[in-house]
Amino acid sequence: MQTHQYDVVIIGAGGAGMRAALEAGQRARTAVITKLYPTRSHTGAAQGGMCAALANVEDDNWEWHTFDTVKGGDFLVDQDAAEIMAKEAIDAVLDLEKMGLPFNRTPDGTIDQRRFGGHTRNHGEAAVRRACYSADRTGHMILQTLYQQCLKHEVEFFSEFYVLDLIFSEIDGERRTAGVVAYDLASGEIHVFRAKSVVFATGGAGKVYKTTSNAHTLTGDGMAIAYRRGVPLEDMEFFQFHPTGLAGLGILLSEAARGEGAILRNSEGERFMERYAPTLKDLAPRDVVARAMANEVREGRGAGPNKDYVLLDLTHLEPAHIDAKLPDITEFARTYLGIEPYTEPVPVFPTAHYAMGGIPTTVETEVLASNDHVIPGLFAAGEVACVSVHGANRLGTNSLLDINVFGRRAGIAAAAFAAKAPWVDLPESPESQTVAMLEGMRSRDDGERVAEVRRALQETMDANAQVFRSEATLKQALADIGVLRERFERVSVQDKGKRFNTDLLEALELGFLLDLAEVIVVGALERKESRGGHFREDYQNRDDVNYMRHTMAYRTVNEDGSASVRLDYKPVVITRYQPMERKF
Amino acid sequence: MTLTAEAPVQDSPAAGAIPSFQVTLKLRRFNPESDTEPRWEEHTLTMHGTDRVLDALHKIKWEIDGSLTFRRSCAHGICGSDAMRINGRNRLACKTLLKDLPLDKPVVVEPIKGLAVMKDLIVDMEPFYSAYKSIMPFLVTTGNDPSRERRQSPEERERFDDTTKCILCAACTTSCPVYWSDGQYFGPQAIVGAHRFIFDSRDEGAEQRLEILNDREGVWRCRTTFNCTDACPRGIEVTKAIQEVKRALLFRRV
Repeated sequence: MQTHQYDVVIIGAGGAGMRAALEAGQRARTAVITKLYPTRSHTGAAQGGMCAALANVEDDNWEWHTFDTVKGGDFLVDQDAAEIMAKEAIDAVLDLEKMGLPFNRTPDGTIDQRRFGGHTRNHGEAAVRRACYSADRTGHMILQTLYQQCLKHEVEFFSEFYVLDLIFSEIDGERRTAGVVAYDLASGEIHVFRAKSVVFATGGAGKVYKTTSNAHTLTGDGMAIAYRRGVPLEDMEFFQFHPTGLAGLGILLSEAARGEGAILRNSEGERFMERYAPTLKDLAPRDVVARAMANEVREGRGAGPNKDYVLLDLTHLEPAHIDAKLPDITEFARTYLGIEPYTEPVPVFPTAHYAMGGIPTTVETEVLASNDHVIPGLFAAGEVACVSVHGANRLGTNSLLDINVFGRRAGIAAAAFAAKAPWVDLPESPESQTVAMLEGMRSRDDGERVAEVRRALQETMDANAQVFRSEATLKQALADIGVLRERFERVSVQDKGKRFNTDLLEALELGFLLDLAEVIVVGALERKESRGGHFREDYQNRDDVNYMRHTMAYRTVNEDGSASVRLDYKPVVITRYQPMERKF
Repeated sequence: MTLTAEAPVQDSPAAGAIPSFQVTLKLRRFNPESDTEPRWEEHTLTMHGTDRVLDALHKIKWEIDGSLTFRRSCAHGICGSDAMRINGRNRLACKTLLKDLPLDKPVVVEPIKGLAVMKDLIVDMEPFYSAYKSIMPFLVTTGNDPSRERRQSPEERERFDDTTKCILCAACTTSCPVYWSDGQYFGPQAIVGAHRFIFDSRDEGAEQRLEILNDREGVWRCRTTFNCTDACPRGIEVTKAIQEVKRALLFRRV
């Protein structure tokens, strides 16, 4: 075992982690621990853009952006946080440009902007050009630019190190952050990182579902590790299903396609979004579009031999325009489905895309222990966190914005905390629990296969906790998860070695997924209303009287040693906008 | 993506055309904890129309032998984790459809060449990243930042567009015969990384970068074999970028 000591330890090297590292690294001794090489992070898969009211191409301002974010999130957004994000968006984009990000440009050389779902002029009048972009590779450019800046500033990375536990020490009855336990993939060695501040920036958990745009590595590690140590998870029942995943594969096709003029059609060739969202049509928020698509298929107007997808039509766009603005996603259609988007519509269906919920934080990214207390020294930013700027449904482009605005804030806050906080002593053998978990898994002979249990989990989540949910389907999912937990206890791995044992790591990741699936389903069962990404067949309306509140899920250990989910609630912060009916 | 190895896709046109087929994978394997030499191993699998080489590797790992080890993440050609040598060509496993390969003989999968093999298909990426770092891969500017964005015309932006697409997968560098034969040459990716900034109108570090590339082990080692251009999964014209850097060095004009 090796021990390290840093003022600030950041976990994850996607956009949020590296943006935090650029701030913390210039103020305090900082390390970034990441299970992937930084440039492999899933920020790089984001395509369409990053919204900021620069008003480079038409009239716009941050207040309209705030309103769209709140309304898009079905009023579950904390409005103080959304306002901060929309205001700081402008500098966040300009900062990236100054770091070298190659944005697309207007003829006069400023950053070009385009339309995106749910982003409007003057509180919903019409779509506005707010998304700053770099073709359909905006996330790639953000990831590369932040990595390049980290190299410039000599940020210290521990790549292919898996953080498996969070260390707290008890001081005067209060939990204090003391560090993390990590596993070095190359050697199989355990490393304890002692730190004054720990920043979680580990991203999402899309692998809870079978059909997802998320990477294989997005297994919700940070959320689950924190949850297991008693940190609550907020609003986990809200999961975004992106409307346009390549049918059957789930690979993302950016909303930018519709921003550039593409149209969704059913088997009859009808532009069906006109019926669901008369003003914004194909550019309505994602929850509205995903539900409309699923409904078209359910009512028999799906396309294809099995009538189980709809069509994204770009055939009326000029090929040169497609090549300039949407080169990557059209290549995906060609590579993976053999479809030529110039001449044929592309089969698409909703794909699990983004966790609106996560580790609850203040606007300063401090992690909450409860509704009114923070855990000193613990911070979170990006998809792993819930500030909450996305509420019940995130608007397109607001994730790239979130990681830049709150990643930056997390780096500053973590370094500021480390500058004034004393060192906390590590508890006795902080690695013991992790070592026991690893050895237990490694030494178990002949058992269930990890992949089979994972597939069963993903299938029940797709079938029962996806775009449409009901008490019956959610109870089915919960029962299935219970059975799968028992099977997980019998899971064994075939690779018993130390070096690059990805078999072992996949088993641990499955454990994280099972914990998070349970939290998602329990929250969804208890939320007897429909709001944003959470739609209940048996409660089809939003219920502000009973459910205008955040869900806070705590892991509780029962007398028999088993664990279960305890739900509590947190008020929504409302400043400027009273809840109103959502029409697009 | 959907785990197509587990869940056959029946509804897409491609899957309809080729519902399922047999494929034999011939894998180069090496476990440092038990093998003294790399060895070959074959698996015959039933795969489906839209399946890629990565799906076949997952099928082996998840259903047959959990110890098979490779890197992967996004599974759609964006993260650059799974560059490997497939039938003698460097490609991303997640972007190579099985149905596009000749299936009457085994599909040969090996680690990329020129970097030390750590286990099975995993190689040591540190020398590759070190080469990238050495060419100052970040915007260099002097003086005060402007209060808004730096201006750049669409034409200026277009000048270096091709090399911004790089995902650092190492397919180009590890396809280069010069890179294989000696350990000093930066390799094509580092030159691509330098090109991206040298031809960016906002950058003021071109002189320094060109000086680094003018080194004995720099850009002049390139023998224009075009392996790198063929290997790039992002379609970057790597050899052209290298030629542009050479020309900039000769004429000191960007």
